[in-house]
Amino acid sequence: MYEFEFTRPASVAEAVAALNAEEAQALGGGQTLIPTLKQRLAMPTTLVSLSGVAEMQGIGLQDDGQLVIGGATTHAEVASGAVGTYPALAALAGQIGDPAVRNRGTLGGSLANNDPAACYPAAALGSGATIVTNTREIPADEYFQGMFTTALEEGEIVVSVKFPVPEAANYQKFVQPASRFAMVGVFAARFADGVRVAVTGASEEGVFRWTDAEAALASSFTPDAISALSVDPDGMIGDIHGTKAYRAHLVNVMTRRAVAAAV
Amino acid sequence: MTKVTMTVNGKAASGEVEGRTLLVSFLRETLGMTGTHVGCDTSQCGACVVHVDGKAVKSCAMLALEAEGAEVATIEGQAAADGTLNTIQAAFQEHHGLQCGFCTPGMVMSAAALLKDNPKPSEAEIRHYLEGNLCRCTGYHNIVKAIMAASGQDVSAIAAE
Ligand SMILES: Cc1cc2nc3c(=O)[nH]c(=O)nc-3n(C[C@H](O)[C@H](O)[C@H](O)COP(=O)(O)OP(=O)(O)OC[C@H]3O[C@@H](n4cnc5c(N)ncnc54)[C@H](O)[C@@H]3O)c2cc1C
Ligand code: FES
Ligand code: FES
Repeated sequence: MYEFEFTRPASVAEAVAALNAEEAQALGGGQTLIPTLKQRLAMPTTLVSLSGVAEMQGIGLQDDGQLVIGGATTHAEVASGAVGTYPALAALAGQIGDPAVRNRGTLGGSLANNDPAACYPAAALGSGATIVTNTREIPADEYFQGMFTTALEEGEIVVSVKFPVPEAANYQKFVQPASRFAMVGVFAARFADGVRVAVTGASEEGVFRWTDAEAALASSFTPDAISALSVDPDGMIGDIHGTKAYRAHLVNVMTRRAVAAAV
Repeated sequence: MTKVTMTVNGKAASGEVEGRTLLVSFLRETLGMTGTHVGCDTSQCGACVVHVDGKAVKSCAMLALEAEGAEVATIEGQAAADGTLNTIQAAFQEHHGLQCGFCTPGMVMSAAALLKDNPKPSEAEIRHYLEGNLCRCTGYHNIVKAIMAASGQDVSAIAAE
């Protein structure tokens, strides 16, 4: 790692001010950023840790029924703390990496990073969540802009995320055994006014909504409703772990499993 | 350099570190506590697992300054002061849960974290919990068996391998 200064502010306002400095970068749980720094792929002059910001911690239910989770809340906290309110989200958080990774990695860090194989982007897009930053609220449909790319501006912090809670939902992850990320992961959610299906791990464009499946599932929320549907292998990720056609096939299989498990 | 202060195995510990100093480097190099191992340094192997405020973390993926004021527990604090092994360590010895021993500090610390939350885990739960702890020697079988035994469960049905 190159040298950097470390600071641990206690409030969002202080963190935003610290991030104003030239080449300053936010530090969430460090589960992605620290390995990146070790490889010298990033060279911040200051790391601004968000772990001491109390207002970015915790899980709460809003009056309108949305679940609000602080951006610095760890995967382990969501896995245990959202079981009663949003079980599909809790189960997804409990499948990220391994226990030690879940004890450090955070919701905000995962969404800011937007790894094309990460789990949380599927939950946020599949729930139609709102990403709340220090300056604005961004709908998930506008937030994810392709592999490792988001609507976040330089120095903007994911303070919290608001998740509408569906009537039924499930996340199915086909684990890539070496990395433990998703080879393909599908989050399917049925709301009173429609169905959302978000797919991670599969596309070269990062997380995406499978709108054909959403339409079919809106009329019948059953695995059979999408048996005949497929996604175009063109644009899927092809690598040593799986071809484009294989991933395209998995999208359908994992969606059917998610629907079956959610019913 | 910045001063960092934490509690390690119940004793106050402090030292001067850089922003980039990892918790594992602070433990091993500043405090000279080399029980915590670095196997991969890429967050995969779990040899570096310690507890920070009661939670298992990979100390190669956490900055020392992030542990300011924290309670850290390492493998050195597991046995009693007179060297008597704790239940988990004794079970690893009894059931041959180690060969070269490189992964063992992380395995023992992960097992301790598991048993704190789940005092009687099933074999499947143990295997699942150890996803982030790699062992190149044992084939895991006897590690799982040792943890079952440490939790006071009957292991006679698990064949020796
Ligand atoms: C062995 C291993 C297995 C893993 N498996 C999975 C998996 O199966 N599924 C999965 O989804 N992920 C997985 N991960 C990634 C893990 O979930 C990370 O924790 C996560 O991607 C990044 O979160 P973090 O809090 O650690 O962020 P950091 O590593 O601290 O930061 C990542 C990026 O986000 C920025 N950032 C951090 N917090 C914020 C914030 N609040 N606002 C704005 N920007 C911010 C940082 O500046 C940095 O650019 C795995 C990681 C490891 C090491
Ligand atoms: S040395 Fe930390 S996970 Fe391998
Ligand atoms: S005993 Fe050698 S790596 Fe586990």
